[in-house]
Amino acid sequence: MNRPATEFKERIQRALDDPQIRTNFRRAMDGLMAKRAAMFPDADELEQLRDLGAAVRRNALARLPGLLEKLEANCQRNGIIVHWAESVAEANAIVLDIVRKHGGKSVIKGKSMVSEEMELNHHLEAHGIEALESDLGEYIVQLAGETPSHIIMPAIHKNTRQIAELFVEKLDGVEFTEDAEALTAIARGLLRRKFLDADVGLSGVNFAVAETGTLCLIENEGNGRLTTTAPDVHVAVTGIEKVVETLDDITPLLSLLPRSATGQGITTYVNMISGPRKQGERDGPREVHLVLLDNGRTTSYVDPELRTTLQCIRCGACMNHCPVYARIGGHAYGTVYPGPIGEILSPQLLGCDEAGALPGASTLCGACGEVCPVRIPIPKMLVRLRREAVTRDAASPVKDAGAQRSTSEALIWKAWARIHAVPGLYSLVTRTASAFKKMPVVGPLKAWSSVRTPPRVAGRTLHQRMAARGSTK
Amino acid sequence: MSARDNILARLRVAPGSGATPGVRDFGVIEALEWTPAERAERLVRLLRSVNTEVHETTQATWPGLLRELCVAKGVGRLCLAPVTPVGAAASEALAGSGVATLAYDRDIEAWREELFFEVDAGLTAVTAGIAETGSLFVVPTPDEPRLLSLVPPVHFAVLSRAVIANTLLEVLRAQGYGATMPTNVLLISGPSKTADIEQTLVYGVHGPNQLVVLLTD
Repeated sequence: MNRPATEFKERIQRALDDPQIRTNFRRAMDGLMAKRAAMFPDADELEQLRDLGAAVRRNALARLPGLLEKLEANCQRNGIIVHWAESVAEANAIVLDIVRKHGGKSVIKGKSMVSEEMELNHHLEAHGIEALESDLGEYIVQLAGETPSHIIMPAIHKNTRQIAELFVEKLDGVEFTEDAEALTAIARGLLRRKFLDADVGLSGVNFAVAETGTLCLIENEGNGRLTTTAPDVHVAVTGIEKVVETLDDITPLLSLLPRSATGQGITTYVNMISGPRKQGERDGPREVHLVLLDNGRTTSYVDPELRTTLQCIRCGACMNHCPVYARIGGHAYGTVYPGPIGEILSPQLLGCDEAGALPGASTLCGACGEVCPVRIPIPKMLVRLRREAVTRDAASPVKDAGAQRSTSEALIWKAWARIHAVPGLYSLVTRTASAFKKMPVVGPLKAWSSVRTPPRVAGRTLHQRMAARGSTK
Repeated sequence: MSARDNILARLRVAPGSGATPGVRDFGVIEALEWTPAERAERLVRLLRSVNTEVHETTQATWPGLLRELCVAKGVGRLCLAPVTPVGAAASEALAGSGVATLAYDRDIEAWREELFFEVDAGLTAVTAGIAETGSLFVVPTPDEPRLLSLVPPVHFAVLSRAVIANTLLEVLRAQGYGATMPTNVLLISGPSKTADIEQTLVYGVHGPNQLVVLLTD
């Protein structure tokens, strides 16, 4: 097992040993599953909507290069400045450059998973620029010096008491209260001033509409609207896969995303931005920038099967329904994107050396594939990436393919194949095994049987039994 | 080669890139249809389910109702657009009520502090209602700028029953934006809210803590 895989295992163990994490996630995931189910009472309608959602995303991906050019042209026509970045480093440099050009000292942020992917906050702070999260969950996570444990609900791993203690510890003049309303009011009060003073607002993008050059953002708190409206400059960062062809295309995605994510019919705000402040308009940023990030996405795009990962609209339903995620929580994965989608996305973004063990953290129960609103075949992809992780192939589109390969495991499977291909050998091995009565509890079987009863070996092989039965006839 | 060229070049050589996939059948959304009465009932029910105050009123009586509500809520200063029909009617009704009205007639830079800390409520018209999700389709204008429906703690929105559509798809198609979208288009479905603290629902975060819809005939 390589170092990242070993550390992954250690993090899983720590999470499993932490009753607080287990309690927080169990309660949250149960609630989210029930809410989602209640929002889709008509199974036929849901399946038709998923068909449409998947068709919209597949259409966008099939035409991706053309649509990106169209998006760029229409954004530029609308006055949005478009930037392209192949890597996280390039994207960070672009954002830093924009902030500096405006003499910026502070950036207020709306929720953006791509900015987490970029570790943008660290990059800006390393250059003396304050980057402040304004989504309440992200704000809590930032105060605690942590990373989000869920892509939609970043602070889901904390309970109210932990948040109350954090506020007392980190914020001046705050008295301990476990009242969620009071805690929310404290954050609102502190951030209000920040929205006024920030030079640059930074956000993600949920859907970018090629035909109109529109950036579509959804949220509940209003921080996203403030971030994209109050400061003089708005910078939106997004992965190149977020484009859709037409304005019509956003309607099924808007219908699916909030219901799948949090069991809401719609988010409080849907914010469609098609340019900076125009002549005569009284507010809104004077400059809007769009940063299109690749960071490994074009590599996935080349492989038709891996490409399906790019259909993702980041609802988190696969996490909410995953029996593994519900028990270990988001931090155990050690990656920006946790849960089933993270298990298939992370090896593609980071490579099999860094994240090749992640697809193993699944029971292959299929729940993720069943709830995915855009029909990403996640279970099939988990199997594919498990294979990529242990198969050395220089031509593989997945970085560091085969990095998780273990010589002993490979030998065992080779022997297994040989035994099953040669009848005489098969007979010899099964007879010998049955003579042992008990399986040797070593290696993987030792770990496996630490929480399970080890299987007993039958006293006689199936062949022996059948032979015996045949002789009595 | 620029990053742009490299990205596009990699995408173009991929198998199946540029292929025309199957058509998108919007039938499942187009099939959502209700009678005008059902649309209004659904919109009101869904808006109320997320803590929106909805008042069923008329074209003739809503300004008077607004006056009563402002007084009852202790609104001292209401920001509105006096040049629009909605703003003009409200200004007239509020005259002498003790509720001061002011227009968003300056660039935000000129009165940022005042808007953020000294305005109690904002009033806007609503372009369309959406029955499917209980949403207000709001298009900010130079007279009713983007922050008007966002920064003041109370947002009064005037919506006519006549413009309640079935779905967002229907509204977008009817608006016929084509390639020219307004700078900002919003769907608003309730006052701002969060559930980021242990999934406890709290209304009133960074946006208004009260959304008051005056539904007219």
